[in-house]
Amino acid sequence: MTFERKHILGLEELSAEEITLILDTAESMKEVSTRDVKKVPALRGVTVCNLFYEPSTRTRSSFEIAEKRLSADVLNFTLSHSSVSKGETLLDTARNLEAMGASVIVIRHPMSGSPWLLARELDSSIINAGDGSHEHPSQALLDLFTIREIKGKIKGLKVVIVGDILHSRVARSNIWGLSKLGAEVRVVGPPTLIPQYIESAKAKTFYNLEEAIEGADVIIMLRIQMERQESVYFPSLREYSRFYGLTREKLIGAHKDVTVMHPGPINRGIELSSDIADDASSVILDQVSNGIAVRMAMFYLVASAGRNQ
Amino acid sequence: MAKNVLMDSETIDRTIVRITSEILEKNKGAKDLVIIGIRTRGVHVAERIANRINKLEKIEPPMGTLDITLYRDDLRRKTEWPKVEKTEIPFSVEDKEVILVDDVIYTGRTTRAALEEIMDFGRPSSIQLATIVDRGHRELPIQPDYVGIKVDTLSSEKIRVHLEETDGKDEVIVLQG
Repeated sequence: MTFERKHILGLEELSAEEITLILDTAESMKEVSTRDVKKVPALRGVTVCNLFYEPSTRTRSSFEIAEKRLSADVLNFTLSHSSVSKGETLLDTARNLEAMGASVIVIRHPMSGSPWLLARELDSSIINAGDGSHEHPSQALLDLFTIREIKGKIKGLKVVIVGDILHSRVARSNIWGLSKLGAEVRVVGPPTLIPQYIESAKAKTFYNLEEAIEGADVIIMLRIQMERQESVYFPSLREYSRFYGLTREKLIGAHKDVTVMHPGPINRGIELSSDIADDASSVILDQVSNGIAVRMAMFYLVASAGRNQ
Repeated sequence: MAKNVLMDSETIDRTIVRITSEILEKNKGAKDLVIIGIRTRGVHVAERIANRINKLEKIEPPMGTLDITLYRDDLRRKTEWPKVEKTEIPFSVEDKEVILVDDVIYTGRTTRAALEEIMDFGRPSSIQLATIVDRGHRELPIQPDYVGIKVDTLSSEKIRVHLEETDGKDEVIVLQG
């Protein structure tokens, strides 16, 4: 099949075939990062702009490396030193970037849906790098890629997502992606952090961690976003950690080859006990290097489809 | 569409035997040789050359696979981008004699892309090109070092190298366009 989308905005709208094509392409891209010269000429002459309205060194760096490995020209626009602070609207800023020659725009924005606005109004290809608490497709795709690499498949796996599901765009994108590829998805967290409609997105809800991870093949731990805890969703971090922090004892019921994943950065001793964090660290570093390959695949496919329209 | 058989399976076998001997003669054995095939059919021709070298010299030369998609010079023109397959070169090409293998050489643009890609893996001491068919119409100053058969063709004609591994049967045919 060929990829016909000019934008990658979220996993909800991608088909299982499209997701698989991205993962297959990423597998080929991964090899480029192992070479002497870690660069291929595929996107020569294409200007990509990283438009980040939220601080994120990690995701932005990963996108930037992916762009550079494909030989694209890279323009970084971040909140602190851009015209955003001078009151310009998102659309005006993006139109300016387009006028400077950007043909692909990677956007991270605190408002859910903003990438769709750009996709509707601009000629450029848009890649969503995280919008509000809605979707974070590149993170979910790299999680899927990592799971497929470790387990050899996704279909039929029991995958548990633990923590703040309510605010997590990583959780939303992962639920869509995993369920489309045939995994059984469970979510677990304090009732205040589980959105009501989540069952309709094909995820089973649990409130007890041990029950949720019974027989689990993969556990995706979400970061407790300290910056979003200003309104009180649980009594204290210590209490959260006691009920929902992953420790060796709580892992007993899981599958013996269970894989623990985390999108980083880890709050050690809160979501993961330190020994589990050490065990998981190799997978977490795999996730980081797979992220580059997955993002390269996204650029290649979007740039190719963008030419036809 | 009229079809013309240019080489049958025996001719292809003999050609590979001859090309392999020429490679060994020119490089005085197989000591520093590495074989890299261009996807898809170049890979199978490369495997056959490597097997033949193994038979003659009792050396298994390192084998690599090249997918040149990310290096194509027509990406910006193509409306449909090809799927990217894996490049696998699990050895160092540094100071090696690289035998680059493809089934057909035509415009030379695939070879150009392959040369550029190999250079990104290191600096070989030489790169030599082997192909089953040279059909002319070069658009770049590139020539093969080892050729199975050289044929004059019209641009409208199509040359197809069919191999057992991919097509169930060994033959080289010309299709009139």
